[in-house]
Amino acid sequence: MAKDMMPAFELYQPDSLDNALELLSRFGDRSWIVAGGHDSFDWFKDRTKYAQYVIDLNNVNELKGINETSEGIEIGAMTSLTEIELNDVIRQRYSLLSDAVSRVASPQIRHIGTIGGNLNQDARCWYYRYGVDCYRAGGNSCYADTPEGQNREHCLWGASRCVAVSPSDVAPAMVVLEATMVIASANGLREVPAEDYFIGPNIDIERMTVIEPGEVLVSIKIPNTWANAMFYFEKVADRNTWDFPLVNISRAMFIENGVVSRIRMAAGAVECIPRRLSVVEQVVAGSELNEETAELASQAAIRGATPLNFNHFKIPLLQNLVKRALRA
Amino acid sequence: MAFNLIGKNFTPPDIYAKVTGKAKYAEDFKVEGMVFCRLLTSTIPHARVSNINLDEALSMPGVLGVLTADEVTDTDIMDNPILTNHPKFIGQPILAVAAESEQIAQDAIEKISFAIEALPFTVDPLESLFPGGPNARMEGNVANPGIEPEEVKWQVSDFVAAGENHLPMGSPSREWSYGDLDNAFASSVYILEESFVTQGLSHNSMEPRTALAYWDGDKCILHASSQSQSFPHPGVASYIGIAPENLVFIAEFCGGGFGSKGGAYPYVAIPALMSKKINRPVMMRISRNEEALIGSARPGFQGRARLGFDQNGKMLAADLYIVQDNGPTNGFNDWLSAGDALSLVYTPNAMRFRGIPVLTNTPHRGPQRGPGQNQIANAIEPMIDKAARELNIDPLAIRKINAPNNYSKYGGAQTSVTSAYLSEALDQGAEMFNWNERRQRSGQRNGSKVTGIGIGTAYHSAGSNGFDGLLRIDTDGILHIHTGVGNLGTYSHTSTSRVAAEVLGYSWDRCVVERGDSSKGLPWNLGQFGSNTSFTMTRTNYAAAQDAVIKIKQLAALRLGGSIEDYELQNERVQHFNDLNLSLSFAEVAQIAIDEGGSYSGLTYPDEINPMTKRAVGHLAGSGLIGVGRDNLARSGSVAALAAGFIEIELDLETGDWEIKDYVGIADCGTVLHPLGLSHQVKGGAVMGIGLAGYERHIYDPQNGLPAHLGLCHSKLPTYLDVPSEMRWGAVALEDPENPVGAKGIGEPVQGCASAALLCAISDALGGHLFNRTPVVKDMIINFTAGQEQSYGPLQISSA
Ligand SMILES: Cc1cc2nc3c(=O)[nH]c(=O)nc-3n(C[C@H](O)[C@H](O)[C@H](O)COP(=O)(O)OP(=O)(O)OC[C@H]3O[C@@H](n4cnc5c(N)ncnc54)[C@H](O)[C@@H]3O)c2cc1C
Repeated sequence: MAKDMMPAFELYQPDSLDNALELLSRFGDRSWIVAGGHDSFDWFKDRTKYAQYVIDLNNVNELKGINETSEGIEIGAMTSLTEIELNDVIRQRYSLLSDAVSRVASPQIRHIGTIGGNLNQDARCWYYRYGVDCYRAGGNSCYADTPEGQNREHCLWGASRCVAVSPSDVAPAMVVLEATMVIASANGLREVPAEDYFIGPNIDIERMTVIEPGEVLVSIKIPNTWANAMFYFEKVADRNTWDFPLVNISRAMFIENGVVSRIRMAAGAVECIPRRLSVVEQVVAGSELNEETAELASQAAIRGATPLNFNHFKIPLLQNLVKRALRA
Repeated sequence: MAFNLIGKNFTPPDIYAKVTGKAKYAEDFKVEGMVFCRLLTSTIPHARVSNINLDEALSMPGVLGVLTADEVTDTDIMDNPILTNHPKFIGQPILAVAAESEQIAQDAIEKISFAIEALPFTVDPLESLFPGGPNARMEGNVANPGIEPEEVKWQVSDFVAAGENHLPMGSPSREWSYGDLDNAFASSVYILEESFVTQGLSHNSMEPRTALAYWDGDKCILHASSQSQSFPHPGVASYIGIAPENLVFIAEFCGGGFGSKGGAYPYVAIPALMSKKINRPVMMRISRNEEALIGSARPGFQGRARLGFDQNGKMLAADLYIVQDNGPTNGFNDWLSAGDALSLVYTPNAMRFRGIPVLTNTPHRGPQRGPGQNQIANAIEPMIDKAARELNIDPLAIRKINAPNNYSKYGGAQTSVTSAYLSEALDQGAEMFNWNERRQRSGQRNGSKVTGIGIGTAYHSAGSNGFDGLLRIDTDGILHIHTGVGNLGTYSHTSTSRVAAEVLGYSWDRCVVERGDSSKGLPWNLGQFGSNTSFTMTRTNYAAAQDAVIKIKQLAALRLGGSIEDYELQNERVQHFNDLNLSLSFAEVAQIAIDEGGSYSGLTYPDEINPMTKRAVGHLAGSGLIGVGRDNLARSGSVAALAAGFIEIELDLETGDWEIKDYVGIADCGTVLHPLGLSHQVKGGAVMGIGLAGYERHIYDPQNGLPAHLGLCHSKLPTYLDVPSEMRWGAVALEDPENPVGAKGIGEPVQGCASAALLCAISDALGGHLFNRTPVVKDMIINFTAGQEQSYGPLQISSA
């Protein structure tokens, strides 16, 4: 349970990516990257997860900022969510991203929280955060998936010992925009498509992304592929701000001659990773947008959903959000 | 009555400090040599701790001492203890560790080993009432102030008779009735019966109950977070185990209490006892999560109501049963207040109340804004709408026909009220809200959105009597009004003090409100809870001012001749009616009072005042003219504070989102003392009511007894982006006859009327569907509109 008192740690504040990588390889799994700290410090204060060596990336300027490139844009991992929300290029060409970011957490958290931190944030299952010895915490049970488990916020798909969801409002938008994650380590750079970046408990129950110890997310490249598409983002949460999604939906679409020529959709908070709605895309591509298409797509979207005791509302909610995304 | 000060806005003397951040709350104080303490708290809901081994912790550098449950003052067995080896809820403090820093203290806590035996626990009253069900404590599963702890198990047949969808009604702990209930139901043309759940709720005060204590000889100086100033003082002293005269209690500012800091609470004693033990000043900072557990909670209800109406909508019969989730201690009497409130707000011709307070292994339950009255408003008001719908009566009309007036009776004993103007409040609100036109919008569609309209009403008994007032006029003629009213954000410390200035004819800039620190000499006042301050402490200040008026006139007569009937007070002078030359300034009078001594300067005082007030007078004696008195004015009934709220929402059937388009709140609070302060009560109460009805969570995992709602984020309090930025308000402003300035309180019903109005509006938008549950949150709305079953059973308490 929450201790509300951080333990002592050694703080390193490297001023270059190389220094950061050097520190990470020196301290290995005893190190912890801190960006905005909104996720990290919660863990530290609870004393359920912490590290002896904390590497604060706030002085690494090369990880900050939004740049236009010939292929699209590139966003440094240490760029604040507010900066993304307010960036003109993003608002004009990739408003899906600025819309999604604008619904993250609260204005105060977005000022300090970074895009890298948002995409690498840990699961928000309240049992796990509470500090119980669940599977994700290295134990051998799941507290949420029990007959009386309080699992209203949990998953409809992809349960595998753990039933937590991907908490990010931004991650599904990244999947829709076909973003690429640029990752650095002492061994060099690698690039991973957003769709493969997030991993479920079936692959690794203790991690949410492919990032390995010693690696840093450097930037996110967003290609021109979906620039200036018709975008739709909607998030349903208990509150208008300062609240994780119950379900969110991201859509990018082009319409030519009255029919949908290209479409990509993903939903958040229904699975441990952003859920690409490929079936919906298949149903809709080549069709006109009308109530009938929307209805069919919404039926397709929920196939295979396996609700827990308290979250079956997410099924009609997802259906409704799919319909709304296809009406707009 | 025409007033110079009452009813006018003023700049509260503490406001600059608040808006500039200079206000010092308990946590902001630092004293030389100050160290910190942290708490070891229970991680399981019911346990026995033994074999505590402190050796390793005590040997750590920087660790200064440990305070265990064996070393603290004993409290009554059913009270919330200071520390305990027998924790009954998660988060309950077991021991405290003091160290040079909080981090060291926490590190040391992790080095303490102990044996912990897990005991049976429950978080659900009905589970505990079922034969063979767990008891929350060894003493039994039922208790309340006035009810000795006992074990109560209902019959299986009680549960079977009720079925899954209704509250079983086994033998109650308390029962009352008036009128001929059977006959009243028999004459009813419409009867409805609903079972309901109102969720408990953490107080979640913005300022956790942090405290700093140190000693000066026998005197303990305590900086604490308290919504009241004088009232908790004796209780705090007793927790620390000292005589009240040895406690300096400083609570100048308070970041919210909502009832949880109204009286003395045990945890403030920890830094005091620790400080005594280690001989260093001790700061105990309470974290947000700790506050969510030790900061107490509103009791939840599982209830059942059967209501009978005639064809005009008059409530003829009411039969109410409440099972209260009482937490693990004595708890509070919300359940009883709920029955009383129903009897007054709807004035049924006949009524029966039954209830039982059942212990659970969840935080200590204490009063929270409108304790009982606001839960019952939320449960009953949507049912009133259902009756209106069935009987084809306007929701405003049905409330008016049932509304109490000055002659209405209250509770099982059918006692009287001092005044009640709910009908007038409804009329005023209906006009401001434009009810007749708005009503037409009910059910109006706009895409996936639908409009809902609701009215809510609520009540709280809002006044008491028998406390003391104290003031001093110094030799500069300045009026010092000493008040024991706390600073809970209502500015009632000043709005009630202004009555003394009004009576004495003072210009406000020549008055000082003395408060916030018991060493200033403060009178015995009731606590800032129960919406009582406006009524109760206008009376005490009136009493003190009357005493001063007489003394001023007596001194004038003594010096200038004549009798007191020859003198009047004017422009801060005492003046002979017939001879303009016979006049003294109040400054001069104060000097004469000092010269004359006796009761004039506080060297003697009336015997009937409280020992605290006597000490305060003693402290001020000889420094000016003292006005002091006990409020002996008559009070013949419940001081009924009533409120009506009107709300329009737009609800999205596809997402469960709703937005408040308009809110009007009307207060029946007698004379308005401070318009701006009142407007903040009406609107702030509405914000809290919106949270009560539609947002705030208090969720327990029944299998492990774990709380899911720790911290402000998970409790889901509404943020300012969730509530309307504009709300409207008004006040009936008809004087209460039993208050010298006509005032009565209002703080609590202004929450309940808003929450009930919101619930009614949500129900209205959904074609009259009753959830019979608070809060109503999005998953419930989505499940309903999708035609799905809800994921909780009708009487389940933690609905995720
Ligand atoms: C109260 C609250 C409400 C929230 N609500 C929402 C919400 O509604 N929607 C939403 O999407 N998010 C929400 N969040 C999450 C919030 O957006 C993230 O916590 C925040 O963006 C994390 O960013 P940070 O920079 O503060 O992260 P940090 O805490 O610094 O980092 C988070 C994690 O990412 C790792 N990390 C950070 N940067 C890198 C990098 N460059 N390379 C590798 N690893 C890295 C850290 O090691 C850490 O494990 C909420 C958070 C809080 C506290």
